[in-house]
Amino acid sequence: MRTILYLLQKEFIQVFRNKAMLPIIFLMPVIQMLILVYAATMEMKSVNITVVDLDLSETTTRLTAKFEASTFFHVTRAQLSPAETDKILLKGSTDVVVTFPQGFERDLKRKDEASVQILVDAINGSAAELSNAYLQTVIGSYNQKIRAEMMGVPKFNPPQQIAAIPAYWYNPELNFKFYMAPGILVILVTVIGLFLSSLNLVREKEMGTIEQLNVTPIKKYHFIIGKMIPFLIIALLDLTFGLLVAKVVFALPFRGNILTLYVFTSVYLFLVMSIGLFVSAISDTQQQVLFVSFFFLIVFIIMSGLFTPVESMPVWAQKLDIINPLYYLIRIIRNVVLKGSGLLDMTRELISMSVYGLIMFSLAVWRYRKTV
Amino acid sequence: MNQLFGFVKKEFTHIFRDPRTMVILFGIPIIQLMLFGYVITTEIKDARIAFLDHSNDNVTREIKNKLLSSGYFRLDANLIQESEIDPIFKKGDVKQVVVFERNFAQKLEREGKADIQVIADASDPNTAQMLYNYTNAIVQDYTKKKYAGFTIPVQIKSEVRMLYNENMVGAFMYVPGTMALILMLISAMMTSITIAREKEMGTMEILLVSPLKAYQIVLGKVAPYLILSIIDACIVVFLGNTVFGVPIRGSLFVLAFLVILYITMALSLGILISAVANSQQVAMFISGFALMLPTMLLSGFIFPIKNMPEVLQILSNFMPPRWFIDAIKQVMLKGNGLEYIWPNVLILSAMTTLFLVLSIRKFKLRLE
Amino acid sequence: MAQNTKLTDSNHCQLSIVNCQLRAPIIEVKNLVKKFGRFVADDHLTFDVYPGEIFGFLGANGAGKTTAIRMICGLLEPTSGELKVAGFDGYHEREKIKRNIGYMSQKFSLYEDLTVYENIRLYAGIYGISRKVRLEKTDELLKKLNLEDSRDKLVGGLPLGWKQKLAFSLAVFHSPKVVFLDEPSGGVDPLTRRTFWDLIYEVAHQGITIFVTTHYMDEAEYCDRVAIMSEGKIVALDTPAALKSEFQADSMDGVFLKIARNKE
Repeated sequence: MRTILYLLQKEFIQVFRNKAMLPIIFLMPVIQMLILVYAATMEMKSVNITVVDLDLSETTTRLTAKFEASTFFHVTRAQLSPAETDKILLKGSTDVVVTFPQGFERDLKRKDEASVQILVDAINGSAAELSNAYLQTVIGSYNQKIRAEMMGVPKFNPPQQIAAIPAYWYNPELNFKFYMAPGILVILVTVIGLFLSSLNLVREKEMGTIEQLNVTPIKKYHFIIGKMIPFLIIALLDLTFGLLVAKVVFALPFRGNILTLYVFTSVYLFLVMSIGLFVSAISDTQQQVLFVSFFFLIVFIIMSGLFTPVESMPVWAQKLDIINPLYYLIRIIRNVVLKGSGLLDMTRELISMSVYGLIMFSLAVWRYRKTV
Repeated sequence: MNQLFGFVKKEFTHIFRDPRTMVILFGIPIIQLMLFGYVITTEIKDARIAFLDHSNDNVTREIKNKLLSSGYFRLDANLIQESEIDPIFKKGDVKQVVVFERNFAQKLEREGKADIQVIADASDPNTAQMLYNYTNAIVQDYTKKKYAGFTIPVQIKSEVRMLYNENMVGAFMYVPGTMALILMLISAMMTSITIAREKEMGTMEILLVSPLKAYQIVLGKVAPYLILSIIDACIVVFLGNTVFGVPIRGSLFVLAFLVILYITMALSLGILISAVANSQQVAMFISGFALMLPTMLLSGFIFPIKNMPEVLQILSNFMPPRWFIDAIKQVMLKGNGLEYIWPNVLILSAMTTLFLVLSIRKFKLRLE
Repeated sequence: MAQNTKLTDSNHCQLSIVNCQLRAPIIEVKNLVKKFGRFVADDHLTFDVYPGEIFGFLGANGAGKTTAIRMICGLLEPTSGELKVAGFDGYHEREKIKRNIGYMSQKFSLYEDLTVYENIRLYAGIYGISRKVRLEKTDELLKKLNLEDSRDKLVGGLPLGWKQKLAFSLAVFHSPKVVFLDEPSGGVDPLTRRTFWDLIYEVAHQGITIFVTTHYMDEAEYCDRVAIMSEGKIVALDTPAALKSEFQADSMDGVFLKIARNKE
């Protein structure tokens, strides 16, 4: 067991002596956290709308004023021909063109309905959908208002009404940062833990230093553990920094037990590093390790539920997620931090990760050969 | 020139000899496209919900049936009391609990109004909101059907057209994004690492004393990746077009020009990184950390730039993929030509020049 | 320099062989074969090495020396044949063998980003040497190598000759029964090589068996016995003096050339 201590001492000295890597290890995650969480937002901020009002009636002017009153919209009024409309949309200088046709107000009064034409530049899919949804809300509430005015009743309703009242638990303000911050933190901790440990091992192969160790009576699992613990500690340090940033900058609420989170993350890191060390045990160069890890990392990130909910994936893909380490921790960290889930609530995940981790660890020890 | 050719050939055999590298070079774009195409959707199906029905009469039963037959929801549990809600959320499977108040049907009959409480797990705010919207729409539809024949007067109808992507196909979004990401990965990351590797292993010095000139060495390292990147770009565009139906409305020539410009930019960036980094690890972390995540998140690939805070919008201007993705979308989806995308072309060219000048200066410093 | 002459005195070699061969061999190799695919790197090697001897493997690059030494150290799995080191089997008891040997590879493989002392501490720790012994031996070693001022300097900054001496000293730090040196003094000038060999002799005098591969003829002269390898086979094995008389050459260089000519 003493051997491991000497190995750990060596690894720590090497990490802290590498001046180029230190800022990357400790500063980059914090900076990325700050930038990326702010970047990853679905909250609408501003939409450029061009209103082409060919009716110029009271109804249309009032509705345009409603658009202007909304903080989401930046409204330009213009009298444009269809060709000119095309052009500004192609140029991308406006996101939406709302056209009130001539006789809009007249139709509304006489035919009981009138159409407004809305052209949305949909090359940015989700943004287009959101802009349209906001637009519809404004139009809808204006519609209710003028309906009431015209019919002379305060609010027009069907005879019986069922109201579905939403209650958003754990995040009543629907703050998207509370959702993204823990997820992004998981990615950062993963990148640090996974790549530092796996690249480190294969680098010893590349530089030839591993040979000197291989002729010693050092035990294989000692060696693998020696490659794991330093980076586990470093990754946990990064987790701590990240959580502090989340707490201080994003005001992320902590409902769960922090200690629980560290237990989960440690098991997770054990799993991820075992995978990484297995990959480096079967590789000869840092490049190979990097490519293989990157390939899986990209697939794992896309399927982890970081950006899109896992529930919306096809069933087979959801089933595949049992081998996706990121899926477990992203789910766990969100549940623990935001909802206060404990070890008991997430036993299934904990057991899965532990078993999976032990399998990968054994594979890594088995595949690490002291002979070439 | 012959020497250079031989050197490029050597580099090529290096790359092709390792099947792992080949898998990555061609596997990543294909797998990524497939994942985005078949796995990732923003729509939600079969979300697990639970009911807490204090009334259990025929109206609540009808509404519950409606919800479950909509395809959006799947029943996970029938709860008996409020205190069960928090624990079930904490397990993380159930996304929403629908609570019907006591004497629901009776109340609806007598007072003309009854309440359903939709408790959503908003730790995922988007899903929570979406599920609530689905629920609300189904409930409103139920009332509407109940009073069929009743029409609503004074209606403003919206004729909405989603231009350039009428059916809101997701592929229109992620094909350009994937291309930006993949080309960045191959061009910038791979070149920076191969050059850093030569430095780390000490073989760079051997190359530098060879009759090859420094720029030839760099060119030799870069050329294979240029070709591989172009092949990858073709794969992405081809698959996007044939499998996922992403149109190419603009000129193929302009598209090709853009792609090559972007690759050149990424290669120069890779060279710059390798000029700064002295080990593969450093090169890898810089290109992996400082390039990949921002390429995904700050370029408008996944999250619209417009929604970001001011500071980040300014920052995203310095992200080359932003300009590439924007231009590619214009060319492919809108059919725009150079008369629209010239600012993007100008910016990408300027960035390329800057990266090259910086790396030449950096390399010179080192050699002297 | 006086010391050098004494150490390289050829009488030492003759005497030690007589002493050595009375004991059981420390390395026993019989029909050892290593194939890489269809390429035969080592073809039925058979030889014994006796305790206390300086045993040399001489051959051109690619003759199979490195493959052989790596097999004997347990870094490579043999394809077939018998192998025993320090009484342990080369197939099933590799880890036990490793307790009894030291190894210095042809590529410098200490940690360049650790200091001299940190490297010593690491390897001493791995072999389970106590702190007290480690500190004593470190002082002794640094004094001997004239590295006292460099104790806390990064190994990467040392000149190659010093690195090699340090690597050798570390390979024998835990007092192994045999130490394997794979082209230990490549890339340094003859004078540095000479001082390096003084170190080897000193260790040999302590009773540690030396197994060394080389392609320098002058190094071959320093050995008690030399096996000459060519294309994976041992083509000659004897003391340098015996080889020289057998091939009627006045130096190992001549022996080597004659063997090469005979082959053609």
